[in-house]
Amino acid sequence: MSVAIEGRDLKRYYEVKGEGFFAKPATLKAVDGASFALESGETLAIVGESGCGKSTLARLATMIEKPTAGNIFISGDDPHAHGGADIPRLRQDVQIIFQNPYGSLNPRKKVGTILEEPVVINRKVSAAERRQLAETMLSKVGLRPEHYDRYPHMFSGGQRQRIAIARALMLKPKVLIADEPVSALDISIQAQVLNILMDLQEEMDLALVFISHDLSVVRRIADQIMVMYLGKVVEQGDAKPIFENPCHPYTQALLGATPAVDPKLRRERVKLTGELPSPLNPPAGCAFHNRCRFAQAECSVTAPDLQMKFGRQVACHFVELAAQA
Amino acid sequence: MSLLEIRNLSVEFQTVGGIFRAVDGVDLSLKETDLLSIVGESGSGKSVSMLALMGLLPWTANVTADKLEFEGRDLLTISSRERRKIIGKDISMIFQEPMSSLNPCFTVGFQIGETLQHHLGLDRKARKKRCIELLDLVGIPAPEERLKAYPHQLSGGMSQRIMIAMAIACNPKLLIADEPSTALDVTIQAQIIDLLVDLQNEKGMALVLITHDMGVVAETAKQVVVMYAGQQVEQQEVDALFATPRHPYTHALLNALPERSLHLDRLPTIEGVVPGAGDRPPGCLFSPRCEFTQDDCNQSVPSLQQTDIGAFRCFHPIEYTGHGE
Amino acid sequence: MSNGTVDAVPAETRRPSALRQNLKEFWFYFSESKTAVIGLAFLVGIILMALTADFIAPHDPAEQYRECLEQPPTWGADKCNFILGTDYVGRDMLSRIIYGTRLSLVAGGMVVVLCLSIGIVFGVVAGYFRGWVDIAIMRIMDTILSVPGLLMALVLVAILGPGLLNAMIAISITYLPHFVRLTRSSYITESSKEYVIASKVSGAGMFRIMFITILPNCMAPLIVQATLSFSTAILDTAALGFLGMGAQPPAPEWGTLIAENRDLMLSAPWTVTFPGLAILLAVLAINLMGDGLRDALDPKMKRS
Repeated sequence: MSVAIEGRDLKRYYEVKGEGFFAKPATLKAVDGASFALESGETLAIVGESGCGKSTLARLATMIEKPTAGNIFISGDDPHAHGGADIPRLRQDVQIIFQNPYGSLNPRKKVGTILEEPVVINRKVSAAERRQLAETMLSKVGLRPEHYDRYPHMFSGGQRQRIAIARALMLKPKVLIADEPVSALDISIQAQVLNILMDLQEEMDLALVFISHDLSVVRRIADQIMVMYLGKVVEQGDAKPIFENPCHPYTQALLGATPAVDPKLRRERVKLTGELPSPLNPPAGCAFHNRCRFAQAECSVTAPDLQMKFGRQVACHFVELAAQA
Repeated sequence: MSLLEIRNLSVEFQTVGGIFRAVDGVDLSLKETDLLSIVGESGSGKSVSMLALMGLLPWTANVTADKLEFEGRDLLTISSRERRKIIGKDISMIFQEPMSSLNPCFTVGFQIGETLQHHLGLDRKARKKRCIELLDLVGIPAPEERLKAYPHQLSGGMSQRIMIAMAIACNPKLLIADEPSTALDVTIQAQIIDLLVDLQNEKGMALVLITHDMGVVAETAKQVVVMYAGQQVEQQEVDALFATPRHPYTHALLNALPERSLHLDRLPTIEGVVPGAGDRPPGCLFSPRCEFTQDDCNQSVPSLQQTDIGAFRCFHPIEYTGHGE
Repeated sequence: MSNGTVDAVPAETRRPSALRQNLKEFWFYFSESKTAVIGLAFLVGIILMALTADFIAPHDPAEQYRECLEQPPTWGADKCNFILGTDYVGRDMLSRIIYGTRLSLVAGGMVVVLCLSIGIVFGVVAGYFRGWVDIAIMRIMDTILSVPGLLMALVLVAILGPGLLNAMIAISITYLPHFVRLTRSSYITESSKEYVIASKVSGAGMFRIMFITILPNCMAPLIVQATLSFSTAILDTAALGFLGMGAQPPAPEWGTLIAENRDLMLSAPWTVTFPGLAILLAVLAINLMGDGLRDALDPKMKRS
């Protein structure tokens, strides 16, 4: 077993124009200290609501953006180490699929062209071999070779997502980042796409970073999970214990809010009051304190650090209290 | 007398590829305080059927029905002026995208006031009072200040609350909620659904909840209609539907839920795709994908049978033994 | 929902030829507007006329019939039978207008080609690099825009010297900002789409992203703009010709025709009326077609 992708204390800040003409630019802490290590064949699920930084993390992992601080390692190599000289090589190992199957495929290109693009750019392979590769990959994701000559608009959402998966795997990457890959799909299609993802992960020994807000899907697929809130990791560890006994109040609320069909899986709904604060202006101290039912004076002053508690990492001052609930 | 009576509602669209039947023979009947949920995948006609009821479809749509009555008044034959008196007042609707449902040029107060002025003819002072009342009702803190806010200053959850306030402004007898929580974050989603159900109980109105999220259905609805390819395939009480789905499509759909297959290696799927304009099977629309298909399924179209265990459109409904019903 | 109804048709039942499908869809929306179809038919007629001018024109456009000076339009007369009359040196107006079609279409076409090619490069470069490159390009374009178009063209022709070619170059420069801005804005919209990120993750370089990945998706509004510019270019070429700064006599350019017969406006009104009508009809036809194109290519306006 080898670590395919590792993040060490990753931070990504953006400068955002303040309100008003002369206002000072504000700093948006999209990701504020996230660490993880993922081995081949394993799945890490990153869970959180909008603005929690999960998509920014995906951009960092795919080397589209450079972390403000911290390091990312692809199979042990830091892509940003030698002035970015290794990026083209390492990019071939990390590929991504997106949420919206309608936006992620170039509408003016045939499926074959879309699939072959990564190969054309990175490898010296003859046209016939490329086509062979593309057709093999099409059949792997459950499409037919004759789909090679069609345009994306002729496919349904589920089929497009399969094409996106096929494109991502054309270079046989080691890491696949899936940014909400099934959120836009219908339930029956969602199941098909998840099966394909799981099958291909096993076949190609992929490290899968699965970003989602849908906990029922995450519960199904994840080995490790990382719960984020406004750029910070609040709970992180093996998936099973976290689902069985969430310790951070936010994880509890998230699990409780996810509607479940099976009454046995339904948790007592912890009602979260209030809105999600803007990531531009997060509350002082623990970012979650103004929606938290265990919050005390200390929470609004100091931000809790991640500590090892109950067999997972949790960032909460009163985790003992919350874990009892 | 029931509040809403729909018999054999069909909607056809004129498209490039010919005529597309989006809704096919839908029957519904709704009493004053019913909470009905319509579930189905995208393209199943669940939204289109309700938009047809509201008269909100584009000109390419052709709406036919044997009966489309609201409080004994035929919505198909009344003049559009009469219809406008009912729509927005006695029947109102909220949509999936709260951010684009509000006009960005006007304040929240103005937009709610518009409805009040148009349908109830309230004067300025009465309007303002009612607006504040409404915002309070939908759980918006500091309603007086919020009236002056523009839509871009509100979050998604807030906007959806405003939309709900607008929809219930005239005390409608029927509220149609078209995927009201789909575009929102999980914790906000739960708040909105709870709010809708509370309002329904409080106001004694009928609520039609259109959704694709089985979890939401299981936790809120009483009666459930399942739609497939424009047809109503099953209608049952919510608990019975989840325990003993009679139509093979409902059965397969429920099995495809990730949380129902935690013990399995692969998620059960429904093979194939929803039939489109060009390839509608001659018999039952689900027959090409159904695991229980027999000869008669391929030859004739089953009709919606009303039985004491629910209504379903199937020749060979799934039988259950050992259930105490 | 609108998307869903079309997409619900599974791929298996679709015709494999995407081009035909696209054309069919395009025609479905385009033909919805009767006026657009009429405009297109008229434009096709004009193009055919330009191509076959040598065969359909009854006379040589430069030949002077000295015995038939300022002849009014006549049908079936034995002598001096000119359907649209003759001008002050006895040249057949109909033939001159027919040959003038060539000049006008070439002028319109050249302007559009120049604007498209240069405008796309500037627009894409501005959209890709943003920052100071973007600012520099856009401020230059704003400067060009701030001078009234025809005045600008006049000044440029005065510098370059009168003539049809220089007129075309001058007009292209005045139209350029529209193309640059349009390309830039649709480029920026497209560049935030996920397929672009996917391309970057696959390792696509700068030129690939700019011209192969994104540009084809920005073409629809550009095609519409090009069509509408085609008609205004004809109009402006005629205006420059009329002012004596465009095509030089004896070239039968429509604007020049009006200019050289300007003094006869009262005594021989047909000599200015028919070239004027030709300009009007050509511009109208192209504009009608352009509106239809916009309806058919602009996805925001698509129905069903």
